[in-house]
Amino acid sequence: MTRYIIRRLLWGVVLLIIVLALLFVMFRVLPTADPAKLRAGRFGSPKIIAEIRHNLGLDKSLPAQFWVYVKNLFLHFDLGYSYYSNAPVKELIFNRLPATLSLVLGGAIVWVVTGVGVGIVSARRAGSRLDRASMGTALVLVSAPEYWLGLITLYLFASDIGQVRIFPGAGSYIGLTGDPVKWFESLILPWLVVAAGTAAIYARLIRGSLIETMGEDYIRTARAKGLSERRVVLRHGMRSAINPIVTVLGLDIGVLLGSSVLVETVFNIPGIGRLNYVAITHADFPIVQGTVLVAALFIIVANIIVDIAYAFLDPRVRY
Amino acid sequence: MSAQEPLLRVEDLRVEFSTEDGVVHAVDGISYEVQRGRTLGIVGESGSGKTVASLTTLGLTRTQGARVSGQILFEGRDLVALSDAELRAIRGNDIAMVFQDPLSSLHPFFKVGVQLIEAVRAHQDVSKQLARARAIELLRLVGIPDPSRRVDDYPHEFSGGMRQRAMIAMALSNEPKLLIADEPTTALDVTVQAQILALLERLQRELGMAIVIITHDLGVVAEMADEIAVMYAGRIVETASTATVFDAPEHPYTWGLLKSIPTLAGSRDEDLVPIPGTPPSLIRRPSGCHFHPRCPYSQPSHERIDPQLAPVQGEPGHHVACLLEADVRRALWAQLRAGRMPDEALAAVGVPQEPA
Repeated sequence: MTRYIIRRLLWGVVLLIIVLALLFVMFRVLPTADPAKLRAGRFGSPKIIAEIRHNLGLDKSLPAQFWVYVKNLFLHFDLGYSYYSNAPVKELIFNRLPATLSLVLGGAIVWVVTGVGVGIVSARRAGSRLDRASMGTALVLVSAPEYWLGLITLYLFASDIGQVRIFPGAGSYIGLTGDPVKWFESLILPWLVVAAGTAAIYARLIRGSLIETMGEDYIRTARAKGLSERRVVLRHGMRSAINPIVTVLGLDIGVLLGSSVLVETVFNIPGIGRLNYVAITHADFPIVQGTVLVAALFIIVANIIVDIAYAFLDPRVRY
Repeated sequence: MSAQEPLLRVEDLRVEFSTEDGVVHAVDGISYEVQRGRTLGIVGESGSGKTVASLTTLGLTRTQGARVSGQILFEGRDLVALSDAELRAIRGNDIAMVFQDPLSSLHPFFKVGVQLIEAVRAHQDVSKQLARARAIELLRLVGIPDPSRRVDDYPHEFSGGMRQRAMIAMALSNEPKLLIADEPTTALDVTVQAQILALLERLQRELGMAIVIITHDLGVVAEMADEIAVMYAGRIVETASTATVFDAPEHPYTWGLLKSIPTLAGSRDEDLVPIPGTPPSLIRRPSGCHFHPRCPYSQPSHERIDPQLAPVQGEPGHHVACLLEADVRRALWAQLRAGRMPDEALAAVGVPQEPA
């Protein structure tokens, strides 16, 4: 098990370097805005632009730039400095991390609870009107783009522009340490929007997986023991039906931590996604690299955690 | 309750399922009795309704939308009429069941001990420690070596025979008065089969429980059962003591079952005679005697007349549902027993052919 984890971590590092290399190619080889020109402003002379380029290290060869970046990253955990504000990227990301974590982890709780709850009820009453209504709603939510859902909820419920003004709207985010109550209120709508599509997928997943499990022989054994139907479903049935959810949950959280760009933008939450979005519009490569790197890291770590969790979930799995 | 009162008495039990293709008549009016401490063998091919009948005894067909009629009297209480909660108190407690495939019947994600403890605590208000001690004791009882260590194993760490022993241990957790064993040896190696049957017999002697053993294999019931009921297409077609079923069977289907198993006593070149055809659909069953399309001795009238289970003259406890005359049946069996093929027997006996 330990050997397995070490091997996975080493592969994770290799994967990160590959991601970095791809990023370098995407932003520096393929046509893009010239960050030096952007920084020099409208009246920047060629001399100034060349100077800026030198200061940013953009005049070195591409492999040299890559080498410097990777070296700083692994030796000093240094992600470089923003072209735009000169702020250290590491600090920017760490400052933005709490907002993204709040959004994604809170959203995950919402989508797991509703998705699993609806899934169980639907599975137990498969074919009923309730089941069909839930699965129909799920289909709509899966199909609805996040930014559209976000705008609709703001239009309906935001305290500034909404029709029914019950929740704080865009730009109301306050850190948890600042004011926990306002933090909670400001995240209600974003949580719902982040959770909607995923909850719908989970509901369908749990429904299918539980219906399949309830046909297993060991469920018949559980019933033959004289257990209550509630215990048969929630303990014996869900113990097996939950496994696929654990797989996707780890990956979904990992992916969202790095890419909740749309929801953070719609609700103006100062998270990593929003940082990345702004950086892209400024051709601020170090920040883009840093945020994508962190996103990749989240996904790799989530993958490893899922695999380890599997060994605990299914005693037959051995590494 | 009188001493004569059977532990289990099933009266005209019918179980039907509605499907898209039509109504499945899985069990079609069967009646049988099981006395305390005795063993009944229910024999039949796949799809003869034997499993559904026993699942219904435990109320396990309720969740599948079965329509049940008739009576299942257990110690005088009608299980068909009980509420789900009342039935649950009996299930796994007074009546327990062992299933065919022990691997798929044990939950793969729970330790064997955990599943045993759960079974104990489902009906007894005891602490986890006490239930665990009981689980270890049960594993020892069914012959699992080193039970205090194996109790923490997962089912996949057990061999096939050990898994079935664990299933039996689970069924015994609350000292049932009746154990229903549904094909308990079918998924096991032959040598292990014998061990499991010996185990069941020993446990029955020690614990004094009644057993209903369901099987397609007459060899299994020959050793264990006191009485045998032969099922075909959802009905009991013959029922008698085990000795009678093997010595003087009356139903052509029972003959077919007997002739299709090899015997140690028989000569090595003795021909096995398979029953032609396949079991009928339980949705559209054959008219008249349900066995007539596969019966070598059937007459045109058998396609119209539905035989009823009736006592065999001079043999108390022996019932058969067959339209052939009693003396014709005996003559046919005498021929078959002497090693003749069905068509030879028919020619020798000279059954009078009805005009078609």
